[in-house]
Amino acid sequence: MKLSLRIWRQSDAQAEGKMVSYEIDEVSEDASFLEMLDVLNERLIGEGEDPVAFDHDCREGICGACSLVIDGQPHGPQAATTTCQLHMRKFKDGDSIDIEPWRAGAFPVIKDLVVDRSAFDRIIQAGGYISAPTGTAPDAHAVPIPKQDADAAFSAAACIGCGACVAACPNGSGMLFMGAKVTHLGLMPQGQPERATRVLGMVAAHDEAGFGGCTNTGECAAACPKEIGLDVIGKLNRDFRKAAIRAA
Amino acid sequence: MSTDFYREGEPVADTKAPAGPISERWEQRRFSGRLVNPANRRKLRVIVVGTGLAGASAAATLGELGYRVANYCFQDSSRRAHSIAAQGGINAAKNYRNDGDSVHRLFYDTVKGGDFRSRESNVHRLAEVSTEIIDQCVAQGVPFAREYGGLLDNRSFGGAQVSRTFYARGQTGQQLLLGAYQALQRQVAAGTVDLHTRHEMLELVIVEGKARGIVVRDLVTGEISTELADAVVLATGGYGNVYFLSTNAMGCNVTAGWRAHRKGAYFANPCYTQIHPTCIPQSGEHQSKLTLMSESLRNDGRVWVPKQKGDDRHPADIPEDERDYYLERRYPAFGNLVPRDIASRAAKVVCDEGHGVGPGGLGVYLDFAAAIDRLGKKAVEAKYGNLFDMYERITGENPYERPMRIYPAVHYTMGGLWVDYDLSSNIPGLFVAGEANFSDHGANRLGASALMQGLSDGYFVLPNTISDYLADGPFDALDESHEDVVAARQAVDDRINFFLNNDGDRTVDSFHRELGKIMWEYCGMERTDEGLRKAIGLIRGLKDEFYRRVKVTGKNEQLNQELEKAGRVADFLELGELMCIDALHRTESCGGHFRAESQTEDGEAKRDDEHFSYVAAWEFGEDAPVLHKEALEFEYVKPTQRSYK
Repeated sequence: MKLSLRIWRQSDAQAEGKMVSYEIDEVSEDASFLEMLDVLNERLIGEGEDPVAFDHDCREGICGACSLVIDGQPHGPQAATTTCQLHMRKFKDGDSIDIEPWRAGAFPVIKDLVVDRSAFDRIIQAGGYISAPTGTAPDAHAVPIPKQDADAAFSAAACIGCGACVAACPNGSGMLFMGAKVTHLGLMPQGQPERATRVLGMVAAHDEAGFGGCTNTGECAAACPKEIGLDVIGKLNRDFRKAAIRAA
Repeated sequence: MSTDFYREGEPVADTKAPAGPISERWEQRRFSGRLVNPANRRKLRVIVVGTGLAGASAAATLGELGYRVANYCFQDSSRRAHSIAAQGGINAAKNYRNDGDSVHRLFYDTVKGGDFRSRESNVHRLAEVSTEIIDQCVAQGVPFAREYGGLLDNRSFGGAQVSRTFYARGQTGQQLLLGAYQALQRQVAAGTVDLHTRHEMLELVIVEGKARGIVVRDLVTGEISTELADAVVLATGGYGNVYFLSTNAMGCNVTAGWRAHRKGAYFANPCYTQIHPTCIPQSGEHQSKLTLMSESLRNDGRVWVPKQKGDDRHPADIPEDERDYYLERRYPAFGNLVPRDIASRAAKVVCDEGHGVGPGGLGVYLDFAAAIDRLGKKAVEAKYGNLFDMYERITGENPYERPMRIYPAVHYTMGGLWVDYDLSSNIPGLFVAGEANFSDHGANRLGASALMQGLSDGYFVLPNTISDYLADGPFDALDESHEDVVAARQAVDDRINFFLNNDGDRTVDSFHRELGKIMWEYCGMERTDEGLRKAIGLIRGLKDEFYRRVKVTGKNEQLNQELEKAGRVADFLELGELMCIDALHRTESCGGHFRAESQTEDGEAKRDDEHFSYVAAWEFGEDAPVLHKEALEFEYVKPTQRSYK
């Protein structure tokens, strides 16, 4: 198939970026979206041009590296699918496709479609863990966990930290990401001792990094490739209020 | 065997594993190894390269112990290391199922599964430590699958007759890595670990025979800098991307290990690669990677091909008696659960005979119809739903209605830098953990053992063994003006300048694809003397052409992904040649290394214990590599012809 692409090009963090048009031909419908970009890049290099930079690694939907806004939607049109798992059979011959980086104040552009998501790591550093230094653990069966809690914890823990939620949010909020971790750890008995300090620390780091607040738009959950539900933000808010009142 | 390709040097031996009963060796070693007093740990700096299961767990644990740790990864976050993609599970000899499992059985299965080409002492320690890993991960909040009573669920995995595999749906690697990632981030916040993301190690610094640092490139700014320390740990993963198409992530590379190898670290058993039987077949020339379908699918899926060659009917239209369930037929005891090397080769055999399905006849069916009849669609969905969805996204076919098509693909590399029982390479101060070392899987790794080894090395082995080395530290203060440091840095600059100034006309990827094709054709599932010799010639020619014609756009002082790839492919070209030399010299078949000249009457791998019961540790040589043999001794598991019939 033949496609018209408009891609965000920006040579570095300081430079001003712009959309640049490229025509591309003979795209296989079995190719993934990133493989389509590989083909474009091979051509650009051949022509002596700078190839389009984009983050990617595992290309099987789990590492969370890939991060493109495709026609205005983070990770493109297919629900519950990362960009690397999106295949060209979802597009039609002759389509025009806009490709942009994640757009959010807390995720500055590094180059082209590559952004800096280190703010997510800083949120985790501020409490997104259970303190269990190596060697201190009791037997794994010492504390049974009801299956429904374990399953719900897993569903929240499935977050891949890609940042689509932030890119989709009109406020650039990271609360779905944060809520997923607070929910995961808060459902486990091991997570209880640090539950209050965790949520207070993470929220402070989130706000400091420049993410916005949640206004219940719900775009985040719609964009999430792992289908993390909006309910984790409710849990986050409840934990936060409880902890904040107690700390006051 | 011609020795044109290599020279033989002195034997090498593991001097760290204690003698005595195997079940006491690890305890013995922990007692005999020297310790570092907590107050002195603050004076010692340790570099850990890589943030996968081995790297993150080692960095976090060393930080907890009080060492000053510098941790590096090339990804934009340490959470993205490729361990994250492991699907199936992690083994542990907990015997929670009361089905006859034990540390000794896991040890036995792993030695046998590795086709008697691993060290007994190492494997036994791995089996012992396996139980602690599960405890540790549960304490961190890893959401393993549980049963209704609230206890942990288990499943069985290829090559085992007990259920000892712990799992978190089809995302076990992700959940274990996030556990280690969170422990690591906790140490970053505590100030014990300096974490540097988007940095790539490009050279090892050796001073007076000891590993004392690394040279790294900041992948965003291009700045080259050195990090000096008392010890260096490489936890940089495997080298499956030498085949271009593999289940590895696009960024996985051998550069850290290869740079260390060029500086004297032995590279052991490079030809031992694991070809995983259940991957989605290639769809076209644009293909950039292959996707694994978890081996756990073989618990309920049945593998078959049409009996009639070239039968292109819809699979549902092929009646039962015209299907060949070849694994069940050839291996009645293990059936669809035979180890990976055996399942892969069996798939190749039926496809080579013309029974393959799908494009190019390079595929076999993995059919869930019987499981759906037996368990119901809902139960199958609960177990494998995410994998089925992934298959559908990639192929556009619905596996609930039409059997999956699968074909083997390169997945894991058992070879790696040579280490002793302490995980120390032959360069003092250079330690190697996880897939990057060669130590525990012999010639074939069993399913759900990679996660076990990565975390065993990182959480429990290395933090205990490295102290014996660090007890002699802190070593003499070094500064960046030391001639060896300057030289290491200069070498990096020169290489980068070469690539950027080369007047070439071919892309890095085009060379990588070509190398991959050579490797897959001649050093893949089946190897022959003739093919390997041919491959060595082809790779040498390709390497020459690479340096003449490679084209790298842009400059150093920017995010430059082409420059990153150029350095990695240059190292893959050298590694590929060594893999072929290793495969050529090992004229026996064992595990994942199948030499067509050495097979039993029914086509199974035939070992030659008399001549090849050793680890091949290769030393870099400008003209030809030097082979150092480490003899393998089996006191507890007597080598036999592996049988899964």
